Amino acid sequence: MKSRADLVFRILALSTLVFSLGTLAALVIDVLTDGADRLSWSFLTNLASRHPEEAGIFHALAGSIWVIVLTAMLALPLGVSAAVYLEEYGTRSRVARFIEINLANLAAVPSIIYGLLGLGVFVRLMGMGRSVMAGACTLALLVLPVVILSTREALRTVPGSIREGSYALGATRWQTIWHQVLPMAFPGILTGLILSLSRAIGETAPLITLGALTYVPFAPDGIWSPFTVLPIQVFNWVSRPQAAFKENAAAGILVLMGLLLTMNAVAVLLRDRFQRQNRT
Amino acid sequence: MPSSSIRCLALLGALMPAVAACGGSSPSSTGATAIVTLDGSSSVFPISEAVAEEFQRIHPGVRVTVGISGTGGGFQKFCRGETDISDASRPISAPEIAACAQAGVDYVELPIAYDGIAIVVNPKAEWISHISVAELRTLWAPEAQGTVGRWNQVRPGWPDREIHLFGAGVDSGTFDYFTEAVTGKAKSSRGDFTSSEDDNVLVQGISSDELALGFLPFSYYDENRDTLKLVAVDDGKDDNGAGAIAPDAETIRTGAYQPLARPVFIYVSKKAAERNEVRQFVEFYLAEADTLVREVSYVGLPSAAYDLVAERFAKRVGGSLFAGAENTVGVTIEQLLARERAR
Repeated sequence: MKSRADLVFRILALSTLVFSLGTLAALVIDVLTDGADRLSWSFLTNLASRHPEEAGIFHALAGSIWVIVLTAMLALPLGVSAAVYLEEYGTRSRVARFIEINLANLAAVPSIIYGLLGLGVFVRLMGMGRSVMAGACTLALLVLPVVILSTREALRTVPGSIREGSYALGATRWQTIWHQVLPMAFPGILTGLILSLSRAIGETAPLITLGALTYVPFAPDGIWSPFTVLPIQVFNWVSRPQAAFKENAAAGILVLMGLLLTMNAVAVLLRDRFQRQNRT
Repeated sequence: MPSSSIRCLALLGALMPAVAACGGSSPSSTGATAIVTLDGSSSVFPISEAVAEEFQRIHPGVRVTVGISGTGGGFQKFCRGETDISDASRPISAPEIAACAQAGVDYVELPIAYDGIAIVVNPKAEWISHISVAELRTLWAPEAQGTVGRWNQVRPGWPDREIHLFGAGVDSGTFDYFTEAVTGKAKSSRGDFTSSEDDNVLVQGISSDELALGFLPFSYYDENRDTLKLVAVDDGKDDNGAGAIAPDAETIRTGAYQPLARPVFIYVSKKAAERNEVRQFVEFYLAEADTLVREVSYVGLPSAAYDLVAERFAKRVGGSLFAGAENTVGVTIEQLLARERAR
């Protein structure tokens, strides 16, 4: 009897796995058949054009990389310091608990709301205009709750004995956190950051709300430059009447996927390196 | 251990200035390069994009950016002085005129092309070749919701089968214009039809459903001639041509295809036009519009009209030809220019 239930459950689990992977495979194959032919070096280096066969993705790719790197530079220090405060300093205070509840809620706020906030605060109030900086600040806010939550998880995995050992040797709290806790938690922090950035790189809604442009025939040349990103370019191509633009859209999706995989690969490499260092 | 913490420190330290920059001072400009900024309607986007692309071949030093915020969103930014030129698929409205006036933004209104709305069905629907505006009203009026659902309710003789309606998304200028032309009031329509902001979804829906009828921008019919069947429209008036008329470049341009053809515009800020690059861009826009508009499946104005529009820009004639409140359905470019001459 027990073995039959076991078998049923195994089949159920397996079919769920096959179904979800199958959906993914179908999507990837569909995009590949549509877009693989369009992928070429010139597609990566050309700018947007009304002629589908001449159109390229350089401006959007460069825009995406600018935005995502800047987002990481903003979200990492802010997120890590917030998490360190919550986890190491303010665990028991009422304020910390209040912040904690808000963080959990913020993580579930639809991304377009962040776009509205970004438009009001960064673009208009702070006068950043529709620049790379405004986009990155908005996306940094978007990923911040996830970065903080995952950093806290990572900090919790650091055994208490390490902290106690450090205190026993006369280290201050700051020294303990900086020299012992953070380096040990760093691989986990990095994983959380990369996962949340992977979400941010596919975001279209907040950037469209912000007023990110559609036709920007140049790569950003600074943080105050106007910009566009891959998902916006893909969205624009999909909604064109000419069928040839759909191939471009598929190829654009492939480029976006490539960028995403590269980011994840870099994250895995970095994490492994830090883990090895920690062990020695 | 020490080496890793040093690296960690270095990494965090390198990132800190960026945080400071986020809250710090903002730039007055993006540098020395000249930039022309356009934003607004998605239906005008392909034209502006084509012009921008060509313009930058001749003037590599000038950067032109085009955004899509919709006509209303575009005017919002334009009247705040955030953009130089606004793409619009309808004339500026009374509240927008007030907003621009309040902010002290003066503008020149320049019609640049025609956009037609095509009524299309599935190629298998051999019973229909034309439809009258009155029939369209029966079909799309708000009262029709839940009551008109079969072909023979619209015209006796059409099959006693369900009719499946498709239409452009309710936030689009196409929807606004269609409802204004057909039911007499913008945005007044039945709600039980398949709508999509992505017109390609409509093309797919109609081409796979024998009982479908829908409306979409003419350029989408133009690119999908083999999967869609065009329906001629009879406006019940004989002065622009008797009987039902199918849209094509000629009938849209001459105003024979009525009432589902409309002019589209760019609005240029007078202050921005003082800048050399903006003036050059607009002059280039008007000079090349005829060729480029056709290339992106829109219908150009009669060529004499482009000269008059260029003159309008040269003289920096302000204000709107439509004075905001007037109904613009069925206005041809000849009438537009006649109004201008009368001023």
